[in-house]
Amino acid sequence: MAQTSDLVRLDTFAKLLCEHARLRPDRAAMRHKDFGIWRTWTWREVAENVRAYAAGLQALGLTRGAKIAIIGANRPALYWSILAAQWLGAVPVPVYADAVADEMAYVLNHAEVTFAAVQDQEQVDKVLSVAEQVPLLSVVLYDEPRGLRDYDHTRLHRIESVIDNGRKLLAADAALAAAIDGERDRGGADDVSIILYTSGTTGRSKGVILSAGGSIAAARDTVGFDKLGERDEVLAYLPLAWVGDHYLNYAQALVAGFCVACPESIETAENDLQEIGPSFYFAPPRVFEALLTRVTIRMEDAGALKRRMFQYFIGVSRRWGEKILNGESVPLGGRLNYWLGNLLVYAPLKNVLGFSRIRVAYTAGEAIGPDLFSFYRSLGLNLKQLYGQTEAFLYVTAQPDGQIRADTVGPAVPNVDIRISESGEVLYRSPGQFIGYYKDTERTAEVMTEDGFIKTGDAGFFDEDGQLKIIDRAKDVGRLGSGALFAPKYIENKLKFYPNIKEAVAFGQGRDFVTCMLNIDLTAVGNWAERNNIPYASYQELAQHPRVYRMLGEHVAEANRGLASEPLMANAQIRRFLILHKELDADDGEMTRTQKVRRGFIAERYKPLIDALYDGSDAADIATEVTFEDGRKGVLAARVRIADAATQPVAAERVAA
Amino acid sequence: MRAPGDKSGLKAGDTLLAVENVSLTFGGVKAISEVSFDIRKGEIRAIIGPNGAGKTSMLNVVNGFYHPQHGRITYKGQTRARMKPYQAASQGIARTFQNVALFRGMSTLDNIMVGRTLKMHRGLFWQMLRFGPAMAEEIEHRRVVEDIIDFLQIEAIRKVPVGKLPYGLQKRVELGRALAMEPELLLLDEPMAGMNLEEKEDMCRYILDLNNQFGTTIALIEHDMGVVMDLSDRVVVLEYGHKIADGTPDVVKADAKVIDAYLGIERGVSGPSQESEAT
Repeated sequence: MAQTSDLVRLDTFAKLLCEHARLRPDRAAMRHKDFGIWRTWTWREVAENVRAYAAGLQALGLTRGAKIAIIGANRPALYWSILAAQWLGAVPVPVYADAVADEMAYVLNHAEVTFAAVQDQEQVDKVLSVAEQVPLLSVVLYDEPRGLRDYDHTRLHRIESVIDNGRKLLAADAALAAAIDGERDRGGADDVSIILYTSGTTGRSKGVILSAGGSIAAARDTVGFDKLGERDEVLAYLPLAWVGDHYLNYAQALVAGFCVACPESIETAENDLQEIGPSFYFAPPRVFEALLTRVTIRMEDAGALKRRMFQYFIGVSRRWGEKILNGESVPLGGRLNYWLGNLLVYAPLKNVLGFSRIRVAYTAGEAIGPDLFSFYRSLGLNLKQLYGQTEAFLYVTAQPDGQIRADTVGPAVPNVDIRISESGEVLYRSPGQFIGYYKDTERTAEVMTEDGFIKTGDAGFFDEDGQLKIIDRAKDVGRLGSGALFAPKYIENKLKFYPNIKEAVAFGQGRDFVTCMLNIDLTAVGNWAERNNIPYASYQELAQHPRVYRMLGEHVAEANRGLASEPLMANAQIRRFLILHKELDADDGEMTRTQKVRRGFIAERYKPLIDALYDGSDAADIATEVTFEDGRKGVLAARVRIADAATQPVAAERVAA
Repeated sequence: MRAPGDKSGLKAGDTLLAVENVSLTFGGVKAISEVSFDIRKGEIRAIIGPNGAGKTSMLNVVNGFYHPQHGRITYKGQTRARMKPYQAASQGIARTFQNVALFRGMSTLDNIMVGRTLKMHRGLFWQMLRFGPAMAEEIEHRRVVEDIIDFLQIEAIRKVPVGKLPYGLQKRVELGRALAMEPELLLLDEPMAGMNLEEKEDMCRYILDLNNQFGTTIALIEHDMGVVMDLSDRVVVLEYGHKIADGTPDVVKADAKVIDAYLGIERGVSGPSQESEAT
């Protein structure tokens, strides 16, 4: 195995790429669906393309240490841009493709990018529109030429022609070829591999600097942990600028040598998932939730026989599925019934969802509802949870096969040390941890302890099995006026487990009682309205419908019953709630790009509503500014009703009695 | 996508289609009387007018669905007497309809593939086999259709039966089917009717791209004046079967008769309609 030992030593992604091209030249490295057909590149082809691309970029003036922005959806050309930049020792800076122009300008400027590799006309327009605010930017590369024919091409280049040009240069000049390979070999473990801008739950985004050696070391640990190899395949549909995509689909692929498939477009991802049938899969809980909602709705529309069969076998799987997956002992009758269910329901269902070949699936980012979690696990999908953050280069903890629970995130992954600070905050030290925030030593110092641990900002504790349990953001765990514990996210998650509730925001810090704002889920509630003959003209009207209030009121009451049963949380029951007239949206700054609510901002923006929640009035007027994707603004005004929720007698009193 | 049609050898700006003194009657009803106008290669030509002005009838005359009692139509230099719609189609005239006319049970892909029918040459025997020349031909056609799907950005609905699609998307599929013919002259009958603002903006984008990048000549009927004035190079205005104005958007906008026809100032019932009642 002298050959594979090389892979273990290599310390940059460009070197790994070339090693894979040597070890498995004809295995598929990348796929992309274009014009309805999956196109495949082998490792040899990818390495050859990236090498030529690097030569082309060098000819355009990209140098070691320069920053190149990567903007767009998951496409081979953009992944190659990252690789080619790293080959030359330049630093890729992926930027969220759906960022509004202003946000984009900030990141481009802060990172001091001189090059940008973007997907298409939309992104070219966006970059050019902020070009004046980004004086250093000199070259823009694009992948899809459509609509760009008449643009001024003095600073604009098509990626394909840059690669072609590089190929010509390499062929013509052997000395150059040697120099390009020399650039690759000059790279080392201490190089800055990439700067990932965090979505920024609070304030402006920060550039997280990751080293090549650290990134690869972290990826090696998890590749070993989940036994990933060259036969695995993933569908890369997560935002390119998010640490998850860079880790799961880039770093792990280059370490393990598996194939990365890029969907045709974001809208077709679900279809492409079915066609590719990945063996490793990651999705945030909301994706699993949306899938289940859709399956449920479709089953409600199905014929009586199918519906009965579905319900019966889902019952069987709930009873036996997880036990079988965990390798526990199950009576023969249960096994037989489950086998039959697999034949008739689970396998076809998984096939439709594109889950047939999945060996390992992860979810993270938010708490996942126990019902939701066990639904997928009971179908035989090896769904696990991990906990991580950009600063750690993703993984901090992950659940090993067979030790899975919905309410924990697992023990530390190999080579990661975790400790809980006195205030209850989770601290860790990991091989992939970041070097620092780009141009921000102050905030870097804030999150680092003296002995090199990093503060996650999350409050949590280890349960009796040694698995980490996250309660909430450390700074969000607060107290009510009475001194009782108030963990807003814990409450919100309880509410969000109802399919009808898309988002919830709880308030109560320093107040007498807890209140919350809800967002309805338009798919679920809309379907419910259709079935119950409730006409509505707009989201706003549906959200304010009295029967919707009644239905969500029942959900809140049920959540209160759950809270009442937990001694720590019993005092934090929801007394009053309202349903917002609009969806919380990242474009309006109400959520982060990764769909986390920004509670402080919301509290400020909807102050009249919060005042009304606490002063006892039964309705309030609100006018909010909304931002469209092109940056234009409009005003949305509404009258929002406020309702009281049923609460349970506080358990503490009963205990005392 | 391939740029259709230098088949005619016409240059941009040459007259592609000329309608001369065309009259069309249904029994006693005069739908079109003595209308003349032309469409030049490479332009976007709008036909506007109030309801019942004869716009759709005019398109039907152009693509051979109706046969005018009087007048001449010259297309690519050939003056025709009578022509069937399929003949018009084979000469490079494609159209979409005011009310979407797709095969509702068929997928987007199949619906657009239908637009390639005239370009398929292999007989039934070869068509039945999964190999051979018909298969090669099918692959070639599929490639063209995929270009169109990419152009119209409808990848996500490729295999969805069109009956299940929202109206705006159905309109887009219908445009796709017309494009599959690689038309030289594309007739669009109210392409934006019933669409919301975003869908309209998308549709305008596609029409402009078609015209700019592929040089397709487009004649469109549309009620949204903003769209018409922004998109078209020249506008012809019909009212009660008569042409009342013809020219660039600016000229037409300033025309007193057009203002009257649309806003109905002072005159009440206008002259031409009295005429048509008299006949």
